Amino acid sequence: MTALAQRSVAGAPGLDVEKVRKDFPILAQEIRGKPLVYLDSAATSQKPRAVIDAVVRYYLQDNANVHRGVHLLSERATKAYEDAREKVRQFINAAGAEEIVFVRGTTEAINLVAQTHGRARVRAGDEVLITEMEHHSDIVPWQLLCQEKDAVLRVAPIDDHGQLVLEELERMLGPRTRLLALAHVSNTLGTVNPVRRIVEIAHRQGVPVLLDGAQAAPHFPIDVRALDCDFYAFSGHKLFGPTGIGVLYGKSELLEEMPPWQGGGDMISSVTFEKTTWNKLPHKFEAGTPDIAGAIGLGAAIDYVSALGFAAVAAHEHDLLSYATEALRDLPGLRLIGTAKEKASVLSFVVGDVHPHDVGTILDQEGIAIRTGHHCTQPLMRRLGVPATARASLAFYNRREDVDALVAGLHKVQEIFR
Amino acid sequence: MNPELRDLYQEVVIDHSRKPRNFRKPEGANRSAEGMNPLCGDEIKVHLKLAGDVIEEIGFEGAGCAISKASASLMTTALKSKTKAEAEALFQRVHSMLTSGQGNVRLEELGKLAALSGVWEFPARVKCASLAWHTMRSALDGAGTRVSTE
Repeated sequence: MTALAQRSVAGAPGLDVEKVRKDFPILAQEIRGKPLVYLDSAATSQKPRAVIDAVVRYYLQDNANVHRGVHLLSERATKAYEDAREKVRQFINAAGAEEIVFVRGTTEAINLVAQTHGRARVRAGDEVLITEMEHHSDIVPWQLLCQEKDAVLRVAPIDDHGQLVLEELERMLGPRTRLLALAHVSNTLGTVNPVRRIVEIAHRQGVPVLLDGAQAAPHFPIDVRALDCDFYAFSGHKLFGPTGIGVLYGKSELLEEMPPWQGGGDMISSVTFEKTTWNKLPHKFEAGTPDIAGAIGLGAAIDYVSALGFAAVAAHEHDLLSYATEALRDLPGLRLIGTAKEKASVLSFVVGDVHPHDVGTILDQEGIAIRTGHHCTQPLMRRLGVPATARASLAFYNRREDVDALVAGLHKVQEIFR
Repeated sequence: MNPELRDLYQEVVIDHSRKPRNFRKPEGANRSAEGMNPLCGDEIKVHLKLAGDVIEEIGFEGAGCAISKASASLMTTALKSKTKAEAEALFQRVHSMLTSGQGNVRLEELGKLAALSGVWEFPARVKCASLAWHTMRSALDGAGTRVSTE
């Protein structure tokens, strides 16, 4: 355990969980007569009141379309929307706000890159490299691209702990590789990939890298310049913000040379029936009225998390993860799936021969929300030899008591399936 | 354990999920269909040996949760030697029990299948229990199309 986490066990550094929980109105409720134990933040996180208020305030006071009107409301809406973009820029340390494209979520961000950068660069016989632990949203867009271009989708393997085999990955990068796309953190296993090193390896071969940061952004600070990744994608709703908003970061030189994706209003500079010229970045990729309220909510979420401080969040989550890992290991018949050295607070497991859906139903009766199934990673499930897993995912608003409730619930599962 | 859970995981259900009956492809099977529940990843194959109008043999294969396995297992024991019309009638009654509770179904007439009477209180699990039945129906129709309960 790191020194940081040890301090938090002793209760030293600054995350007052009980105080934090009061910021999340949804947590203070009973489910089937039991206090809600929310352990499904990797599916979607809960929202602090600050985010909900920001969205409400926008609709109550500032609602207007952006980048269009000359009236004051439109000015206010535009400023709030662009302020949110600047908050995102700072949050991931991008060089410029023009590198921040608002999209619906991680899935849309990846599709955007596949359909623009990918379509422009990938030719017949070329290769796109992904990994065995990818979410369907980082598999299928590349599959579609490769089918269209008669290109080859290659898959870098993992070991039995759920860690990438770096030598294999390096070996699979070749002169035909046009892009490497991989998860920063695995949604199913919690594995934190050594992405900085991987980007370095890929760049040595001249291969650009897209990082799927959906499961990373909620847990630790992202620095796209330090990582030197070419694209970074994440979702607002997993980062304590609203659904329907997400971010694609791209290096400006790449975004510049990419053709637009969707056509429409806001993405143009001028339109005639003969020829249209594109708006400058990032608007070239934001056709139509965007999710203004969502972007503002995401900005509020970033403010909220930044005020808590990622050092405190990471220490608390590290403590919770260690506590939960030990508690689950002590349960007879329980098998943890995903035992990488570097993990985020995600615990996948199977309970003897009990199907995860039965586990999920029984836990739900105890007020405990977990995810069960294949977690949109069917190829990974096949690789691990399990049809499905149960997954408990922890956020900074979880406590050791939540883990205790999970363990008690799992005892009930074992009692029923004795 | 709360009463809803006890209703869902009755002993018969646990027993049939642990030791599924007719868990095989019967010899001479002449009708088969596949069913899947994409959300859960449950997959099932139902095989029938149909002689004229009568289900002489019935078996199933696949993987799934306790509810889907128990339902399939109980179904095979209930449908052996039944006619197509009887199977269809039973499908309707089971379907009604799964979606609306006992309703106008008399549980005592359903025999061991009544063990599935607790499922309706768990809307997310109804499709687990009905998967085998829809698949059986597809096999019976001879359509052989893939059934999906999503």
